[in-house]
Amino acid sequence: MAKALVTGNHAAGHALALAGEANRAARGCAAGAYPITPQTEIIEYLRSFEFTKGRIVPVESEHSAMGVCIGASLAGARSFTASSANGLAYMTENVFAAGYYRLPIVMIAVNRTLGPPWNIWADQGDSLALRDAAWLQFYVDSHQELVDTILVAFRIAEDQRVLLPALVAMDGFITSHTQMVVDLPEQELVDRYLPHCEVPHRLRHDRPTTVGGMTWPRETEHHRIEIQQAMERVPEVLEEALDEFATVFGRRPDGAVAANHTEDADTVLFACNTMARTLRRVVQERRKKGEKVGMVKNKLFRPFPREAVAAAIGPATKVGVLDRNHSPGSGGIFWQEIVTSLRHRPEVLVQDYLVGLGGGDVTPAFIDEIIDDLQARTRSEEPVWKEVAA
Amino acid sequence: MTTTVAQDFASYCHNVLRPGNTNCAGCGMSIGLQWLDQALDGEKPFLVIPACCGIVTAGAFPTSAYGVPTAAATFASAPALATGLSAVAELNGENQVTVCWTGDGGTYDIGMATLSAAAERNEDMIYVCYDNEIYGNTGGQRSSATPEGVRTTTTPYGKTEVKKDMMAIMAAHRIPYAATLSVAHREDFIRKVRLARKTRGFRFLLMLSPCPTGWKSEPEESVELIDYAVRCGLFPLYEVFHGDRYRINVRPDGTPVEQYTKRQRRYTSAAIDPATLQPHIDAQTRRLETLEKAFPYHGA
Repeated sequence: MAKALVTGNHAAGHALALAGEANRAARGCAAGAYPITPQTEIIEYLRSFEFTKGRIVPVESEHSAMGVCIGASLAGARSFTASSANGLAYMTENVFAAGYYRLPIVMIAVNRTLGPPWNIWADQGDSLALRDAAWLQFYVDSHQELVDTILVAFRIAEDQRVLLPALVAMDGFITSHTQMVVDLPEQELVDRYLPHCEVPHRLRHDRPTTVGGMTWPRETEHHRIEIQQAMERVPEVLEEALDEFATVFGRRPDGAVAANHTEDADTVLFACNTMARTLRRVVQERRKKGEKVGMVKNKLFRPFPREAVAAAIGPATKVGVLDRNHSPGSGGIFWQEIVTSLRHRPEVLVQDYLVGLGGGDVTPAFIDEIIDDLQARTRSEEPVWKEVAA
Repeated sequence: MTTTVAQDFASYCHNVLRPGNTNCAGCGMSIGLQWLDQALDGEKPFLVIPACCGIVTAGAFPTSAYGVPTAAATFASAPALATGLSAVAELNGENQVTVCWTGDGGTYDIGMATLSAAAERNEDMIYVCYDNEIYGNTGGQRSSATPEGVRTTTTPYGKTEVKKDMMAIMAAHRIPYAATLSVAHREDFIRKVRLARKTRGFRFLLMLSPCPTGWKSEPEESVELIDYAVRCGLFPLYEVFHGDRYRINVRPDGTPVEQYTKRQRRYTSAAIDPATLQPHIDAQTRRLETLEKAFPYHGA
């Protein structure tokens, strides 16, 4: 392992390149790439990487970037790309197509606020808008977790029990443009970890099929049920993939959720991405003061690990959710999922906090205020806006 | 040699277009796909088809009227998917011919940026537009390929804008080969597809595709209509090499344009005076002849 001080974008680009290169003895890798702030350096990295058997196509739009990935995957190659915000929105039609085609493409989403108004800072609304696209979704809290999760994502996406694309999301700028020391794996270890990509329904002359033609309601319904069944197999496949990761790389990344101090907590907070790291520090400080506060990091968002979430809160009866996203007319998107996960625990108070939208800095002091607010509550209310500027 | 009509199991299964497909009687695609198949001399393409009548042709899952591997692309994405397929084939040393089979909506309109980008990158594919001059799949609305004066469901009094010159646009991309195809000129059609197959890079083929349902014409007159369109100069048969070398294949023979328009109620019901079309046709003929004279193609 080579330790290196790298940006999140560099780490992501490198991990994608290692994964692409690992398929060189099979059908290689190919992808479409299009720049958008703050992910641009990822596709620049990919364009400059010298693949043994790979081609990164500089297309004219995100829609075509995913189009090339779909074609490459249908030809049996490993495929991947990256985008953000309005790029993801423009790509959306083909994001759904990749999911419904069951193609194991991996995409990095560098979370950025969807415009207008134009804002380039972190907000998870862009990737969460793709939650129904039949993609796995991971949210990562550090550069190391980013690299590791990208490799794990390929392994699960290409697992024949799953065969669905996977999205790995990081915070724009907070992760993408800051540097951390990362263990960048050696190519031979990635070669060991990622078997050759096999797309069983790729186009072949010995079995000429029409992929994506018309279906009647019955076949369509069956197609959707199969996707749901594949999603339900993900938690088990993820655990296997993490075990194998530990065997090959000597460290085991977090699973679908990661709980801290929840075993005896009365109050538990949920967060994802870098907010989870800040939250962890605040929880540790509160613990030093003897408060029974715990936290859960949401790493896997699709499929949403409802059982793991319900188990992770332990005995707590007050739950707060930090949502750096907003579904207008409803509230935080993680909150909706967590409330559903706790539907068998009516005694638990669940309060949503809409924080750091548009990239506002969610500081430890800010989270402290939220914990105070949560502890004082006696019943769940509608989602609360905690404005950074207020 | 592939037979046009299936006579045994093999020809039934492995034709590009199998018998029993859902194409309308008199659809230009039925001829175009069979001639494409014949011109490839037994070599089987990958087809990429965006939203258009051509993907309905396949019929419903799990059966398909296409006897070759086919990918349905989103409306604007055919050349992007084909780029991925063709890139991976090249990486693996496979001499694969990838064909985009698209309508005028996916070419002239929604897919224009994707098409332009793939042509600019000179991706290795044959791009065929079967141009029926309307959104046929949705019941006959205008596209930017619809000729001036024609009545469609969204131009109920006749279209007021002129047809986009797609060949000129593609020639401006300096692609190695661009040509028009007629379903009334088989030898010319086959020769052009074979030439396209031998050429590397982006090849654009534009086929005027009769559509009896949209054109309000008689199915049995489809081929005759295209013959008239070529002979009167409305749809010139020509080739452009690398964007700057021209070759006209069939010269107008003075056939009056009425022979073409009077058999289609899309023209007659909009009360177009064919005489108003003639100056445009003459100008187009002069333009092409001038280009051919100034920049002739001397190759085979």
